[in-house]
Amino acid sequence: MTSLSILSVAIAVIPLFLIFFYSLAQGVSSLNVDFFIHMPKPVGETGGGMANALVGTAILIGLGCLFGLPVSIFAGIYLAEYGNNTLGQTVRFFTDVLSGVPSIVVGVVAYILVVIPMKQFSALAGGVALAILMIPTATRTTEEMIRLVPQSFREAALALGIPQWKATLKVILPTALKGITTGVLLAIARAAGETAPLLFTALGNRFWSTDLGHPIASLTVFIYDYAKAPFEDWNRQAWGAAFILILLIFIINITFRFATRGRYAENKN
Amino acid sequence: MTETVQRPSHLSTSSVMDIKLEAINVNAFFGKTQALRDVSLTIEKNHVVAIIGPSGCGKSTFLRCINRMHEVAGGTMNGSILLDGEDIYENDPVNLRRRVGMVFQKPNPFPTMSIFDNVAAGLRLNGMASKNHIADRVERSLRQAALWNEVKDSLSKSGMSLSGGQQQRLCIARALAVNPDVLLMDEPASALDPISTAKIEELIYELKKNYTIVIVTHNMQQAARVSDRTAFFYLGELIEYDITKKIFTMPSIKQTEEYVTGRFG
Repeated sequence: MTSLSILSVAIAVIPLFLIFFYSLAQGVSSLNVDFFIHMPKPVGETGGGMANALVGTAILIGLGCLFGLPVSIFAGIYLAEYGNNTLGQTVRFFTDVLSGVPSIVVGVVAYILVVIPMKQFSALAGGVALAILMIPTATRTTEEMIRLVPQSFREAALALGIPQWKATLKVILPTALKGITTGVLLAIARAAGETAPLLFTALGNRFWSTDLGHPIASLTVFIYDYAKAPFEDWNRQAWGAAFILILLIFIINITFRFATRGRYAENKN
Repeated sequence: MTETVQRPSHLSTSSVMDIKLEAINVNAFFGKTQALRDVSLTIEKNHVVAIIGPSGCGKSTFLRCINRMHEVAGGTMNGSILLDGEDIYENDPVNLRRRVGMVFQKPNPFPTMSIFDNVAAGLRLNGMASKNHIADRVERSLRQAALWNEVKDSLSKSGMSLSGGQQQRLCIARALAVNPDVLLMDEPASALDPISTAKIEELIYELKKNYTIVIVTHNMQQAARVSDRTAFFYLGELIEYDITKKIFTMPSIKQTEEYVTGRFG
């Protein structure tokens, strides 16, 4: 039985390592300082980097969080604290459905909502698409984590004459914060790896741009473009970018985990 | 049984009773289940009233009705409870709970807060901003809860780092910090060891100088030791309510006698 579980763990973990090391092996030749701080070179010239894509991905994720997280956290609080009714059930159902919607469809939605009215592909549209993708995961984890906070803390806060909304924001939410952060992290990691919803929202950009109203580059679209290009040099750079993307998600995970370990979280009751 | 009643009860002999709390025909329901039936009793100022009775007799429910915490669990009540002559339903539950503090069975300090912040929580979240004022109040409350000497050098440590008994006294300090006049205690020592229990009981004895205390307990010796009056609840009804000494030595109702002598419950 033990050996079976060890085998299963190995099977589950092996793909991660294979992907990690294969992309490293394939892309290592393109990884150097220039790759991070330079712009893409025109076709035919060797070298160049993906500085614009790195910054673009950061901006897109930032926008996604800005649009998506407030909605998710308040929706999560609502579902956990007040959601034991028909409205709560309905919201919960649609959140689950939303999490199953293919990401390319979400891209189309953002295209119709933002790109068409603005008559322009833009970072903003990309941010909206990523936000929609983040909302279900972030909402449901927030709800679950708030539900996990023992009722006794709620009662303690209410018995002090603290109004319920304050008890939720100042006592319950901080207690659930570690778990919520993990959920948000999962949502960010998912959004960071999305290509399809960015293709016709943020579009991609071979030039430096931080203008939210204009198309913006991203790591994933960079990988997509470079991987399908007929140039070996570009393909190598795509591998390099893929490796960096994986590493980035890995680092985000670890940093948040340490950052949210918190002063008191390790103390047991 | 008489040896359990060592301490004389401190009943005011004055003919004019200073009534703090008065329950009149209180019925409480959780959904269709009736948890309290027609309970009426009066509690004098600066008295300790113990509520005893077997599990499920409604003693906790009665306690929770006093600060309307039964509503949090979805309960409803009718009849009336008067605090200083004013119906508790006249006012917002938030204001009521600032006047009627509560200590729970299991110590429940807020896990993300330090010892200081735990005691300050009720003040800060009720809008008190002055740092000096908060610090004074925290120290005073911790002293009242007989915890100050043990924690004065570690106020910034987590409340969860304390022992169970200390945590419970921290919760008492937290409740006292908002300056209530009534303190409700729901089996405050049932999760504690005998030494911590003794400390909590001493504390109750001290606190009744300034507060009116209602304590629910499973432990009859405890009720006998700490309270002036005892109420015996059974199946949601108040069976007998009298001076503690009388309840434990010569109760007038047979059920009470059977319960306090351990023949049932």
